[in-house]
Formats: sequence, structure tokens, C-alpha cells
Amino acid sequence: MNKEHLIQYVLHLADNALILGHRNSEWTGHGPILEQDIAISNIALDLVGQARNFYQYAATLKADGSTEDTLAYLRDVPDYKNCLLTELDKGDWAVTTLRQFFVSTSQFYLYEQLKDSSDDTLASIAGKSSKEVAYHLRWSGEWVIRLGDGTEESHRRIAHALEYLWPYTGELTTPAPYEETISGYTGVNISLLKQNWITHIQNVLTLARLTLPAGTWMQSGGKEGRHTEHLGYILAEMQYLQRAYPGCEW
Amino acid sequence: MTGTDAIEIEKIWHLLESVSDPELPVLSVVDLGIIRSVSATDDDEVEIAITPTYSGCPAITRIEWDIRIKLAENGYNKVKIVSKLSPAWTTGWMTESGKQKLKAYGIAPPNALQQVCSTDLFAADEAVQCPRCNSYRTHLISRFGSTACKAFYRCNDCLEPFDYFKCH
Repeated sequence: MNKEHLIQYVLHLADNALILGHRNSEWTGHGPILEQDIAISNIALDLVGQARNFYQYAATLKADGSTEDTLAYLRDVPDYKNCLLTELDKGDWAVTTLRQFFVSTSQFYLYEQLKDSSDDTLASIAGKSSKEVAYHLRWSGEWVIRLGDGTEESHRRIAHALEYLWPYTGELTTPAPYEETISGYTGVNISLLKQNWITHIQNVLTLARLTLPAGTWMQSGGKEGRHTEHLGYILAEMQYLQRAYPGCEW
Repeated sequence: MTGTDAIEIEKIWHLLESVSDPELPVLSVVDLGIIRSVSATDDDEVEIAITPTYSGCPAITRIEWDIRIKLAENGYNKVKIVSKLSPAWTTGWMTESGKQKLKAYGIAPPNALQQVCSTDLFAADEAVQCPRCNSYRTHLISRFGSTACKAFYRCNDCLEPFDYFKCH
């Protein structure tokens, strides 16, 4: 097992959860209705909690004095390994729910596999997380159908969201080099993951009266630290306090 | 702790019954089922394994401190708290008395038959009893409530909205 690659993989899982959690938290106080404001905030909280578990594990593996906090607050853009999809602006409710649906579907099937990993820590974090992700998967899938099969305007908005987000979905099921080299150790079957992901997406999009975009060209780079301009803005806000007042606690 | 370990451990479980969940003050951490074990280490330390309800539960740090304070007040100063994620916490571990206390507090307790969130879209939800008028004619408003562990319901008979401590 290549330890450096395992660390990168764990950080990738952590970064995905943290960045999407942070994006979702931007809805807190701004949700379309109170119950959905609470729902998206709960999902944000689950994701940030899952990120903490992964960061703690990454810090243990690194064994160089890193902590969950230094990993979240003191790494810069090229060190972040989240998928580009998670860092895009929150957009409207259609963009937010469809993005959540794409990510939750990949997290759900990935954690289902990781639960049985021979790496005990990854298995326990995945086992815990997958129970929470089941709620996210259902909530986001129901929204995709509600919007797609709803009014003329809701359909227009989610169709637009689909067109916009689709080129960013390739990364969810295309492994980074470190992901591939340790898949034997983590026990993740990447082609099965890809198959599960597309089948579920296809089923729900059909129910939502939406069709998969024909384009197959996909954006990439996030998993290896090449990000869109959006990530810099998230980090500027999220890391401000620790950068301006190093070590500050309250 | 030495030869009287078993008695001491019994005492510590008893003390933990008076440490409450900061967000649900009627429930103790024992009622909630998050205390997985209490043991004595070779270094005379008390080791308590706790498991979070949800990954992002913000109450867990506060709970750790409340446990330390309660034990320190009773002369146990060497306390080690370890977090245990696996097996993942389930509402199946909530005590019967905990469920009764929740209901009396106005929160519907988790159903006896564990029906966790299914991934089937728009599937029918389990019937949840209104904690105020006991009617089963209630409906789900949102699967996400005021805290991670609760869903939001409304009673069709007494018309009161209420929290449901959802099966997990």
C-alpha cells in the first residue's frame, strides 16, 4: 500500500465533503422556504461532520503535527483535491439540488463499497456516513423530479442546471492516479461505482422528464489540485480567521 | 481503580445517567445509547467510549466536557474519552425509559420497528404517533428538523406540529 496515495485519497474524500458542505451552508438563512432552509443546512452539517472524520484520519496518517484544523484552514488551492463540481457557486435551487444529487449518488455507492474496506478507519467512517447520505440521496432525487416534472419554469431551470453541471460530473467516476493505485487496498471497484452512478442518475432523470446531455467532453483536474476560480473565493472566506489570527480559538 | 473495578464501573454508569444531552435535556447520554463502554485501563484511567449520533452533531464536544466535569466532581480525574464510529449509532440503542421521557417532553420517540430512511424516492413514510394527542393520523413535513436527529411532522387531528426523533 502506498501511504502517500492513501493520504491523498483520504484528503480528496474530506475536501469533497467540506467544500460541498461549505457551499450548502451558504443557503442557511436564505432557503426558499423555512423547511428547505433547514434541510439544506442539515445536509451541510452532515457533510462538514463527515469531512472532520476524514481529516482526522488524514492527520493521523500524515503524523507530522497536522490536525483536522490545519488541513482545513491552512492548505491553499493547489493542495485541495475536491471535485470541481463541489466548488461551483451554489446557483439557484435547481443547481443546488441537482449538484447535491450527483454528488450524493456517488458518495452513496462509494460508501456502500468502502464500508467493507480492509482499512478499518475508512470502513467505519463510510459506514457512519452512508446512513446520512441515504437521506441526502433521497431528498435531492425527489427535488430533481419535483422540479423536472413540475411547472414550465421549474423544468426550464433544472434543464439549464443539467446543461451547466453535466461537464463537471466526469470527475465523480473517473479515478485520479492515487485513487487507482490504492483501489486494491481500499477495495473500491471503480467500474462498478461508475455503473451504479450512471444507472441511478439515468433513472431519476427519466422520471424528471430530463435527458442526459449528448456532450461527452468532461472538465477535470480538481482531484489533482487544478481548480476553477470559485475555490479561491471559498477558501478566502472559510480560512480568513485562521490566516488573519493564526491559532485563534473560541 | 483497583480490586473494586466492577463496583466502580457500576458507579460511573450511574453518574453518566445524570449527564444530559445539551440539546435534549430530558435524555441522559445513557438513554441516548451513545455510551458504548466504560472500562478501567492499566494506568488506573477510566476509559469511556462514546459514539456520535450523526457525524456533524455539534453537541458531541459539549457532551465530552460534561462527562469530564461530572466525573471530576466525583473524584475521577483520570478520564480518557475515545470516539468510536463503528458500529454506527442507531436509534435502536435508545432506552425504553428514554423513549418515554422524549414523548412526555413533546417529541415523538423513534418507532419501535426500526424503519430507517429508504432511498426509494417518494416512498410512503412510517406512521408516527402524535406525542400530544396520540393520533396516528399525522404527516411528514420534512425529513430534516431542528437538529440532525429529528424530522418534522404535523398532526392531522390536533393540528399541532411536532418533532419526531427519526429512526436511524
